[in-house]
Parts: sequence; C-alpha cells; structure tokens
Amino acid sequence: MEKIKIDHLEKIFHSQNEMKINALTDINLSVKENEFVCILGPSGCGKSTLLRIIAGLEDASFGKVFYNGQEHIKPCRDIGMVFQSYSLMPWLNVLDNIALGLNFSGMAKPKRLSIAEEYLDMIGMSNFGKAFPHELSGGMQQRVAIARALANNPDVLLMDEPFGALDAYTRIIMQKELLRIWEQRKKTILFVTHSVDEAVYLADRIILMSGSPGKIKKEILVTMPRIRDRSNPEYGALTAELLVLLEET
Amino acid sequence: MQNKFKMILLSLILPALLLIIWELSAIWVQNATILPTIGKVLENFMHATDNFIGLGSIPRNIGVSLIRVMSGYTAGVLIAVPLGVLMGYNKTIQQVFETLINIFRPIPPLAWQPLALAFFGMASIASVFDMPFGQQYVFWGNFKIAMVFLIGMGSFFPVVASVMFGVQNVRQTLIDSARVLGASERDIFFKILLPAAAPSIINGLRVGLAIGWGCLVGAEMLPGSLAGVGYLITHAYELARIDLVITGMICIGVVGALLDSIFKIISNKYFFWESKTR
Repeated sequence: MEKIKIDHLEKIFHSQNEMKINALTDINLSVKENEFVCILGPSGCGKSTLLRIIAGLEDASFGKVFYNGQEHIKPCRDIGMVFQSYSLMPWLNVLDNIALGLNFSGMAKPKRLSIAEEYLDMIGMSNFGKAFPHELSGGMQQRVAIARALANNPDVLLMDEPFGALDAYTRIIMQKELLRIWEQRKKTILFVTHSVDEAVYLADRIILMSGSPGKIKKEILVTMPRIRDRSNPEYGALTAELLVLLEET
Repeated sequence: MQNKFKMILLSLILPALLLIIWELSAIWVQNATILPTIGKVLENFMHATDNFIGLGSIPRNIGVSLIRVMSGYTAGVLIAVPLGVLMGYNKTIQQVFETLINIFRPIPPLAWQPLALAFFGMASIASVFDMPFGQQYVFWGNFKIAMVFLIGMGSFFPVVASVMFGVQNVRQTLIDSARVLGASERDIFFKILLPAAAPSIINGLRVGLAIGWGCLVGAEMLPGSLAGVGYLITHAYELARIDLVITGMICIGVVGALLDSIFKIISNKYFFWESKTR
C-alpha cells in the first residue's frame, strides 16, 4: 500500500531581489508502507526542502503530497520528523523531552512518563532520564530526538540527516540502532542523507537527486539482505556506481 | 574551599582600594562639606534608626523608596511583558508598536519630569484611591503618581526590548520540532515560546528593575516628596551634609545590588540550561 505519494511537486523560493529560485521541480515519488527510503543528493539539491514539505512545515508551490491517499498540508503527529541537530527543548529533561508529543496530545503526566521510560530503555539510556540535553553528547541527543519522535507513535518517520553531525564511529552505531528499531516497530521511513555509504547501508530504495533545480535523477532498489556487510563486493560496487552518478549531478 | 576564599578575596581588592583612597583624600582635604571621612559616614549607619534631618530613619527612607520603585516597576512590567511577548510573536503587532517605541526609547526617563508633573501634578496613590484623611493618607501621599510614572517609564523600555528579542530568537528548529509532534498554536505559544524565552524575559526584568531603581533620585527630586533615599540625598546636599549624601548613595548601591542578586539566583536556579545551550 502507498503511504506517501508526491505528485508533480514544485518549490520556488522568492529571494529578496525578486529573483526566483527553483528549488524543486517535478518531483514524483511513492513510498510504500514499511519501506525504508533514502533520499541521496549533494548539498543544496533541495532534499531537505522536500522533506519539510512532506512534513507540512513548508508549502509546495505546485503539486501535492498525499498521505494514505489524503492530501497532506499541515504538520501532524502521524508524520514524525527527526532534525539534524539541536532540536531538543533545552529546559526539559530527557524524559520530558521524549514525552513532549504525548504532552501535546493531552495525555496525563504519569502515563506519558511511563511511555517515555519505555523508549528511554529502547535507546539504551535508562540512567539519563533526569539529565538535561546540554549534559549529553551529540550522539545521545540524537538518540533522544529519535525516541521523542517514536514515542509519539507516528506512522511515517521523516529523518533529515539525523546523523550528519556525528563522528564516523557513533554514526555507524546509530545506523545499526535505527535499523533495529525500524524492524522492531515497523515504520515507514524517509531518510535524507548526503552520504552514499549511509544510503547503501540503510535503504530498501535509494532516490538519487541532483541540484539546481532539484529533481529526481534515478531510483535504485537495494536488495542486499540486512545487516549489510560493508566489505561485500556487491556493497562496494553499488557504492562506486552511486559515487559516479553523484559526480555527474 | 581554598579557591572560593581566593575568589572572594579577589572581588574585595578594588572596593578596599577605593576605601583607602577615600580615607586618605578625606584626611588630605580636611573639609567635611567636600569629602567626609569614612568614620563619619559609618557613624550614620551605626545610628541608622535615628531621625536624620527631619526625614526619619534610614530603613524608613529605604522602605519608602522601595515601595515607590516597586509600584512604578510593576506598572511598567505589567504592560511591557505582554506587549513584548506579543511583539516577538506576531510581526503585525511588532510593526504597529515598534516605531513609537523606538522614538520614545532614547528619551531618558528624567526628561519626562516636567511632563509628568504637568500631567499628574500632586496626585498620589492616596488621592487616586480616595483614602480617608489620616495617618494612612499621609503615608500613601508619599507615593506621587508622577514618580511612579517616571520609574515605570525607566523600566518599561528595557523590559519590552528584551522580552521581544527573547521571543523572536527562539530557535526555529524547536518550533518545527514541536509542530511535527502535533503541537497546536496554543502549545507552541505556552509550551515552547514562553519557556524558551524565559531567560531573556527574566534578564529584561532584571535590567528593568536596575534602571527603575536608578531613576529613584530623579523621581524623588520632584516636589511633594518628603521621604525616600533620593530625597534624603538632595535634601542633605542642601544642608551641606555630604556624609549623609554618601550614606544615601551607599544605600542605593547596596539595595540595587541586592535586588539584582535576587534575579541572579533565579537565573541560576531555573535557567541553568541557557548558558550551556548552543
């Protein structure tokens, strides 16, 4: 079943000197239920803008986004999003941050905190419930941000370079972690990245984008079984192919 | 512990130096109407509860001044905080008020003195609330509306500017994060914008109170004042009691610093996250 459908989407930004910048042009894309889709492209190709439009944080200039067959315009709790960094509320401790979405939906405090504890366990940070975001490392903060998005039990999870600010080692651990969560909770994930390796490691399907104006250049199905082995020749071949394609963009 | 002791010592070096220079200069000048010795000023504090030049004790004068500043400050803040929040939240509201505020802001509060007198004359809290004549009336008659107005003017602008800045500068990612978690506009306002801007709001309140307290002497120079530290200073000057002038100045400084430290304690207790957040 189609979870997300993007139909002839276009985004034009108006800059201050009356110039029109075509950020996205004629984007067509469908995402199936439980599919893990990576959007890969160079910086400035509009992939983050695309994600923000799907989330409802920005308007499309033309075209439409459908969620479960219904036109989707405003942000809602069914479509969660994880940002690149620093998205935790600095005045709330980790538990209250994770429970924030449930707070918005009006759940009573004891109940939402017990759900938050569950997700805290899931990200392996049981001892950090009372800690504040500034006391955590970048990797821990991102884990909390993911837990916060999941605690709201969204149907679709949009991720905008969530591991972009992390060091290589933490990044690899987090990727494994995310796959585990995805398999456990069965979510539809749209994951934006500019790292070829990350896309090959994570995705069922890679959407390759090129810039100015941002458009979809190619779609590649990745059929290798998970957990994928980076030393596998097939893995290396696909990575090499994508790198060449990226260079052409 | 050793370190803390060292820090305290460091913070006392300059004040001690100032006291030494003051005492040496006073001995050298040999004229109490220009610069009295420390001992003379200290004596005033030792007898703080005496009746000074017919104006009552020092605590009484500080009390009168505090009530004046607090009433003006409260009035200023009650308008400034909601206005600042709304201006930070809504571009249209900001556009409507900003020009007026920018024009009035550079005018020092004391420049309002003549107008304040013309507008409010001798009206006081006692006369506005139509209190029955008596001891109560005499006490509340001390609090002239013109003074409250001046102090309110002084506190208003820094508070409004700081609150607006705080609300405007809440990181967009925080607002976006809340939206995708299903926050309503009301949630965004009360659960994201206000707490995120709270440190700036408190900082505005802190600066506003400092400036309001600083307007005191000017406000208490208005006719109709018969008590208060500011009035004590001007009246003591007319009587060439420079020791009393300095006593009053020290009172203003110390009370101002104490008020400021209250805000510092609040900031450290509730907004410890602010300085550590990138």
